Amino acid sequence: MLEEIKYQKLKDIIKIYLPEDVTVADVEQNSHFMNDLNINSANLVDIVLDVEDAFDIRLENDDMDQMQTVNDAMAIIDTKLKSK
Amino acid sequence: MIRKPFQWIVNRLPYSEPFLFVDEILKVDEKSAEGTYTFKPDATFYDGHFKNNPVTPGVILTECCAQIGLVSLGLYLLGEENNIEDLKIGMSSSQMEFLLPVFPGERVRVTSELIYFRFHKLKCNVKMFNEEDKLVCKGILAGMMGVHNE
Repeated sequence: MLEEIKYQKLKDIIKIYLPEDVTVADVEQNSHFMNDLNINSANLVDIVLDVEDAFDIRLENDDMDQMQTVNDAMAIIDTKLKSK
Repeated sequence: MIRKPFQWIVNRLPYSEPFLFVDEILKVDEKSAEGTYTFKPDATFYDGHFKNNPVTPGVILTECCAQIGLVSLGLYLLGEENNIEDLKIGMSSSQMEFLLPVFPGERVRVTSELIYFRFHKLKCNVKMFNEEDKLVCKGILAGMMGVHNE
């Protein structure tokens, strides 16, 4: 899967959970989910569950702990896709 | 007296009067929970909701659904042997529909079906029934729930 397609897929998921004061244009590769995008821990879980469905992968608690930024999410998705 | 096998769950609930809305957990397993509560006729919220016309507020019905359907199920899933002195808990979303009023003194039964419990987030379908077994309210509730020492 191309990086851009992967990134777009991820952004489409993140978009759903952005609070009112953040737009999809604010989402960058180094955005921190909680600090920059104001996504709370409950919605971060929803993002992870949607990512699992969209990419047909399964994340563990450690992955969740490491997933702080959009880049982290991309890296985790890459690792999981490679180990499939 | 009939033994109440799930009394340990009620004892561990992080609520007390006047904000405990669970009398008994009737059933609980890995996927579902069921419990009852009788609304006390002298609860203070009836004084103001509504003026001269006491009806149980929707937020209280939601709270009752959450305490039975979400928190009690969550405590069961965390396990009886798990030390939960450090329970971290908070509701994260509620989407409820209210179909019938619940009056002071009514006994209700709440059923809950697990949607998922992952990464400390618990999400459930909940339903509340009155004594005539008619659906009072239903919805989807979610909350964060975990123990600190995990």
